[in-house]
Amino acid sequence: MFYRENGQYKTSYRADQQIFPISQDRIAIALILAFAFLAVPMLASDYLFRAILIPFLIFSLAAIGVNILVGYCGQISLGSGAFMAVGAYGAYNFFVRVPGMPLIPSLILGGLCATAFGILFGLPSLRVKGLYLAVATLAAQFFADWMFLRVKWFTNDSPSGSVSVSNLQVFGLPVETPMAKYLLCLSILVVIGLLAKNLVRSAIGREWMAIRDMDVAAAVIGIRPMYAKLSAFAVSSFIVGVAGALWGFVYLGAWEPAAFSVDQSFRLLFMVIIGGMGSIMGSFFGAAFIVILPIALNQALPLLGNLVGLEISTAGISHAELMIFGALIVWFLIVEPHGLAKLWSIGKQKLRLWPFPH
Amino acid sequence: MKLRTIALATCLAAVGVTAFAQAKEQFFPGLPYRTGPYAPNGVPWANGYADYLKLVNAQGGINGVKIIYEECETGYDTARGVECYERLKGKHGGATVFQPLSTGITFALTEKAPGDKIPLITAGYGRSESQDGTIFKWNFPLAGTYWLAADALVQQIGKKEGGLDKLKGKKIALVYHDSPYGKEPIALLQERSKQLGFDLQLLPVTAPGVEQKATWLQVRQAKPDYVLLWGWGVMNSTAIKEAQATGYPREKMYGVWWSGAEPDVKDVGDGAKGYNAVTMQHGAEPGSKVVADILKNVHDKGQGTGPREEVGQVLYMRGAMSAMLAVEGVKRAQERYGKGKWVSGEQARWGYENLALDQKKLDALGFAGVMRPISTSCADHMGSNWARVHTWDGKKWNFSSDWLQADEQILKPLVKSTAAKYAADKKLTPRTPADCNS
Repeated sequence: MFYRENGQYKTSYRADQQIFPISQDRIAIALILAFAFLAVPMLASDYLFRAILIPFLIFSLAAIGVNILVGYCGQISLGSGAFMAVGAYGAYNFFVRVPGMPLIPSLILGGLCATAFGILFGLPSLRVKGLYLAVATLAAQFFADWMFLRVKWFTNDSPSGSVSVSNLQVFGLPVETPMAKYLLCLSILVVIGLLAKNLVRSAIGREWMAIRDMDVAAAVIGIRPMYAKLSAFAVSSFIVGVAGALWGFVYLGAWEPAAFSVDQSFRLLFMVIIGGMGSIMGSFFGAAFIVILPIALNQALPLLGNLVGLEISTAGISHAELMIFGALIVWFLIVEPHGLAKLWSIGKQKLRLWPFPH
Repeated sequence: MKLRTIALATCLAAVGVTAFAQAKEQFFPGLPYRTGPYAPNGVPWANGYADYLKLVNAQGGINGVKIIYEECETGYDTARGVECYERLKGKHGGATVFQPLSTGITFALTEKAPGDKIPLITAGYGRSESQDGTIFKWNFPLAGTYWLAADALVQQIGKKEGGLDKLKGKKIALVYHDSPYGKEPIALLQERSKQLGFDLQLLPVTAPGVEQKATWLQVRQAKPDYVLLWGWGVMNSTAIKEAQATGYPREKMYGVWWSGAEPDVKDVGDGAKGYNAVTMQHGAEPGSKVVADILKNVHDKGQGTGPREEVGQVLYMRGAMSAMLAVEGVKRAQERYGKGKWVSGEQARWGYENLALDQKKLDALGFAGVMRPISTSCADHMGSNWARVHTWDGKKWNFSSDWLQADEQILKPLVKSTAAKYAADKKLTPRTPADCNS
């Protein structure tokens, strides 16, 4: 009833090509943005900012990056943790070694380091496909682990190999309070999210999808596989690298290579699979599922236990959390193999017919 | 967006329900790991910590102030640890002190604690340079760091050889967990190897350390005179088994305290006979008074956190001692800010910085023979630089050395220079004497 595009005529190419052609969508997005930028900073507590929202935003960003590579271009990658690490350590080195280096440029330069690294480790994708490529990108992960543990230069010769940053500033404004950090992450996410959304709708995004769907056919109609695959690796690792830099700089503050272990790569891949391959919206769902759900379970279980008069031990909660989380993943994948984003679009379809479904 | 909203609402509700401030009770948060690959070592520590706090409550609290203890499982994951820290720091009127029990989480929290004004105790672990309280105002590596442990081991080896000067030309290999934790002792050992002229060989083992064949092949080829083991969890028992397989004498192996507890050697049993490890003062102390007190006041009343057999084991004692230090700091702070009153994290910090536990106090607490007196100051957040070495006899750990004191000539300059580098990187100014005395 409310969500229908009847009567919304597109009279120009411009109107036809906009990101959200339905005016209800535009209003919803504007409301969500207004909520995120204005209402959340007023309402959220310190804990919510630091422990839930900031990790959620950073992982959404990273999931968008991985989605471009895995979901749009069909190149399965298990090296995302490595790209995050390169972004974080690259940004760190620019930030520490260049005197007076501002924060935003060092984040971008960190992302560019990850881009170079991503292209290098994307080269095998020109020869190997599918699961074999996943194994090849795993090499990136192990190489990055090795590099940041063993090459002291990258960690600024710190004896333990841990690095830390402080005194973050953007345009002279200190990024110290949780709210400032949240707004920084949110702004970067909005800008990059918008760029990514436009990129996947453009010619190059269509090339990626053509390669994903059938690379031989794509090559026959004149798409250069090398260019398409490597550009997907470049864009994806740039975004993942910026997310990695934010993870180190804003969330952790001090980190060691183990913060970007192979676990992180798996988590990112799961986010994309559960959220929905080939969907920007799905990246947000996936990040929310993987980042927020375990924490929510961890906090809700003792409360639920208390309701029925049950005292659950710390280890018990932790085990139960893992079991429920695992069961939910399986359940979601059985109910909707195309991810949460597909559920979302089914919901939208249903809403168009509501309240008179035929 | 719907899912996200629901999840957020759940969290909000969870935070809201438990956030009632109760100013009269002192809140001690816990960040244990009872699950995951390191759980065998994390569980006894956490049980000891919890049991000691229960004991304090059973004996009437800290001058009448009862303790609330709440855990948040980290699984040794840094990101999860940070989330737990954020979750617990504001609960029950504010956290008194955090003990992260993980090098990664320590590093991350070191950046956050000053802003939140909550002290961090890293008893025996964490970053060694944080001993310098003029730069690390909120960190307290009480009664030991990895540098102290490494120095004590070098001295013990020197004693075995008949004097530190006899170490010249000897070969010592460090088999370490390839992480910031495992790399901590390297700086000190290099310093010592320059001074004494022994040859230091570094053999990293990739975490978690189940695959060490290549490392022990190197040991076999190089035939070092001694092997120092900076391992952890499953890496320790694997290393000892590999040493057995290579025929490297266990008597010449010296572990750090994370490699010197019951879970590390139990699986190997007799194969680990003769294996040594440094202890940050205490070992397994089943005969100490504090253990008797815990058994009587906590376990006999059915409130024990873990199994009864575990009380008094090495890591259990580590947890109990860490809890004792946390409580004593609050007691000390109460002397200044009001006896029998709740103290804030900031006030507790003063207590940790002015800790003065003499032998009499330790005896009263039941820690006689378990540890030596400890007194901290602004310049020295460690408070005691003594250690001992114990040896596994196939069934239990026995002390095999006298008290060893770390050489301040070596330790001090290293702490100073590393802390100064940290301060320079962060553009921190060291605390003024006025700030120190406040």
